[in-house]
Amino acid sequence: MNQHEFERQHEAYWQETEALIDSLAKRKRMDFSVAGEFPQRYRQVCQHLALARERQYTSHLIDRLNQLMLRGHQHLYGSRAGFLSPILHFIGAAFPALIRREWRLFWLAFFLFYGPLAVMGWAVYERPEMSYTLMKPAQVSQIEEMYRPDAPHIGRERGADNDVHMFGVYIWNNIRIGFQTFASGIFFGVGSIFYLLFNGLYIGAVAGHLTQVGYTSTFWPFVSAHGSFELTAIVLSGMAGLKLGFSILAPGRRTRLEALREAAKISIKIVYGVIGMLVIAAFIEAFWSASTLINPTVKYSVAGVLWSLVAMYFLLVGRGHAD
Amino acid sequence: MLDTYREIETPEGVELHLRAAGPVARVLAFSVDLLLRGVALFVLSIGLSLIGNFGMGLFLIVVFLMEWFYPVLFEVLRNGETPGKRMFGLRVLNDNGTPVSWGPSLVRNLLRAVDFMPAFYGFGLASMLLNRDFKRLGDLAAGTIVVYQEPALRHIAIPDVPAIAPPLGLNLAEQRALITFAERSQRLTEVRSEELADLLTPLTGMHGRAGMQRLYQMANWLVGKR
Repeated sequence: MNQHEFERQHEAYWQETEALIDSLAKRKRMDFSVAGEFPQRYRQVCQHLALARERQYTSHLIDRLNQLMLRGHQHLYGSRAGFLSPILHFIGAAFPALIRREWRLFWLAFFLFYGPLAVMGWAVYERPEMSYTLMKPAQVSQIEEMYRPDAPHIGRERGADNDVHMFGVYIWNNIRIGFQTFASGIFFGVGSIFYLLFNGLYIGAVAGHLTQVGYTSTFWPFVSAHGSFELTAIVLSGMAGLKLGFSILAPGRRTRLEALREAAKISIKIVYGVIGMLVIAAFIEAFWSASTLINPTVKYSVAGVLWSLVAMYFLLVGRGHAD
Repeated sequence: MLDTYREIETPEGVELHLRAAGPVARVLAFSVDLLLRGVALFVLSIGLSLIGNFGMGLFLIVVFLMEWFYPVLFEVLRNGETPGKRMFGLRVLNDNGTPVSWGPSLVRNLLRAVDFMPAFYGFGLASMLLNRDFKRLGDLAAGTIVVYQEPALRHIAIPDVPAIAPPLGLNLAEQRALITFAERSQRLTEVRSEELADLLTPLTGMHGRAGMQRLYQMANWLVGKR
């Protein structure tokens, strides 16, 4: 069959198919009898394209069919899951189940973070001058200033005393740190390890120093509540980064690139969870932790509840759900 | 064949053709996006500074969202195009040619943090130049590719003249060349068309305008108008 004949025979079909894809793209409501034709039409166009290529029809016709097919391909194979139900499934089952499945990485990240934190905290508590190995004297006094028991707002620098303002700061700053901890893991895990160690050491030094100078009544009630979400999220973002890095180091029976892509699919899910947890942490930190009106006993109780909630969430939620 | 051309085989056994986009177009598109974001944030900062600390908090949240989620939202909701990419005819697709979805888009945009290192997208550019699909690290991890949009095709009619059979049997490549010549009739100046047609004087036995017309007639015959 020559090209002219071929085009004449199928032109109407292609135009109808184009129109159908247009209305699919605009998500128009349509009858199933019409929409249901789409897969068959798509395959028919594929066949036309293959014929046109085989018969060496002109590039204009081939380009046109290629474009029609590309659009069809995107509609047939593009994933279009619902919006809300995957999110609920993720929070209610998939996320904690994922962390449990990757428990080795979790504990590795956990000790990379809390190990230096504990050692540094203890070291600074015993020998206060140790804090200067990590921080400049000006930084130390600035931190002391933030947690002085007579400060109007604890945990904040002077001038930044509005809850919403601080909420913005925590979102902007903390989630960025989480993202960096994750992303830098692509360098064979080194970046994530660095951020975990550094943050562990730094937080340990601050905690040790403030306990040593006796600001326990302000510092610990302030950090204990939101720490449950925030510190866990830092560990998880490090874990996600380690997952990326280790996939390149030990790809198994795949190419390194394939291993990386598969690891990215999993670790980005951890990052979803990290974002959620850091938003919750920022909320608690801005609107609850900083309040000077609430009795420390109440704060400690709330903190205890939050820590056990986080622990129980990751230990128990979503067990028995098929993934 | 151009080496930026990618073929992806679909389940139907037909190949899909895509053209990977290189660093220059992508850097330009990124700059446009950066500028747009900058302007938007500037305007917003003026508005929000009027409501004090509360506005400051909102502003920081918007800065955060713009920094990390601006590309993600556009890529997923607008068919793989941010405004900058749209301007330069680019779009992001999954490696298999399907539209990019939330997961891969987020991966490629979060990994900007490492593509940006050590400065000015150094690692990203190095990776793009070392990689045949111009992928930066984020694209490698996410399994995405930035391609040129195919411009919408207009129907090109070949000049409608009475068909005449070629005097001798032409092979497929020669037939295609003749038809393509006719299809390009509107994009070439007449002088150039005649010049090209003169190359085929042995076939047409004519010169200049007449030769060109004769080739159009043969093209008409070849596409089957008889």
